[in-house]
Amino acid sequence: MSGTSVTEMKSPDSGATMLRAMVGIGVLCALMIVLTFEGTLPRIERNKAVALEKAVFQVLPGAMNKETFQLDQGKISVLSGEAAKDVQLIYVGYDESGELAGIAVEASGLGFADVIRILYGYDPANQKIIGFHVLESKETPGLGDKIEKDPIFLENFKALDVSLTENKSGLENAVVPVKKGSKKNPWEVDGITGATISSRAIGNIIGSSTEKWIPLIYKSWKNSELIKQEKDKMKNG
Amino acid sequence: MDKPEVKGKGIFSASLEDGLSTDEFIKGLWRDNPVFVQVLGMCPVLAVSNTAINALAMGLATAFVLLMSNILVSSLRNFIPKQVRIASYILIIATFVTITDYAIQAISIELHKSLGAFISLIVVNCLILSRAEAFASKNSIGNSILDALGMGVGFTFALFCLGAVREIFGNGTIFSFPLFAENFQEWIIMILPAGGFFTLAAWLLIFNIMKKRKLST
Repeated sequence: MSGTSVTEMKSPDSGATMLRAMVGIGVLCALMIVLTFEGTLPRIERNKAVALEKAVFQVLPGAMNKETFQLDQGKISVLSGEAAKDVQLIYVGYDESGELAGIAVEASGLGFADVIRILYGYDPANQKIIGFHVLESKETPGLGDKIEKDPIFLENFKALDVSLTENKSGLENAVVPVKKGSKKNPWEVDGITGATISSRAIGNIIGSSTEKWIPLIYKSWKNSELIKQEKDKMKNG
Repeated sequence: MDKPEVKGKGIFSASLEDGLSTDEFIKGLWRDNPVFVQVLGMCPVLAVSNTAINALAMGLATAFVLLMSNILVSSLRNFIPKQVRIASYILIIATFVTITDYAIQAISIELHKSLGAFISLIVVNCLILSRAEAFASKNSIGNSILDALGMGVGFTFALFCLGAVREIFGNGTIFSFPLFAENFQEWIIMILPAGGFFTLAAWLLIFNIMKKRKLST
């Protein structure tokens, strides 16, 4: 199809006509996009919240409710409104009777293809990781994406040891990835054959995230527990 | 492809009379199938046809953008100056792609995640631009709708053909329902990019053999 011959047949349009057409179409398109955006926004937000909630409840068995907190400069505070970027978010899950079911922590790191974003569940009473879920990954389908569904690999995160040292300032043993089948200690993450780099990346992500955040989370959990005990004592006494 | 006159007739025929012709619909399904005959829009065809559901969603999203942009291009065909027509088409297509993107997010975040960047890449799908330029800009709204529906359904059908084959062999499932016994060894290559090329080649081979048979009898 020869665009030039078509142009030649007609007298060339003036600049004003072209401008009018482009601006007209631009305004029309912008209007359509804005309307769709406004129309779908509440549903998209709800979908995202539901997806996150599902992930949180998956890593915290028994959780029925969640509360979002942010960790900022060594302080934990309840998240109000929109979360700022680069702020570590944690989700505290409660079971039916309102008791603590665990704490879900978001973490991310470089995988084989791109950044992998994960969520893991932490049980402060037993000092263990009790669940794991991949929020976002672009790992190779069929190979690297085994980190999401390989049952033997997921077994790693049913009771991964993240006990703190005596003075509660750091982890007793850092979480480390090991070769498949060589897991001997409860703080090691067994790899996957065929997904070596991806599975090792998960081990490292959890390793560095737990080292940084678990002591802090544990401390504030302990504080809140003490406050609760005091309150109970006051009530009973 | 070995019969260029067959291909050319469909793509470049611009019926000047205003009557609707069902041929505009039917040609996209088979004779001028956008994937198997015109071999257009290969990027999404190869990239997101790793499962049947992804292929179907991608096909429908493309068909929707194709339909809406054909309608708008056709109704504005006397208003758009020739010099800026491509820019106008791209603007219109990009708008509907953005709308589709929001719509898919509103329907299912999971689906949006698995289609990834390929939704935004519908903008540069040459199938849509070629239909706008070669058909919608020269034909009535009614015929443009028929053309878009035919091409859209043909594109979705072709994507589904690829997606189903790749999912069955690469994952042992169809629409996530397992098809084989537990000990079935998946052909992982089929859900990797290379598998897309193999499957496309196989389908093209089948199509061309069938076409040759039809011509020789």
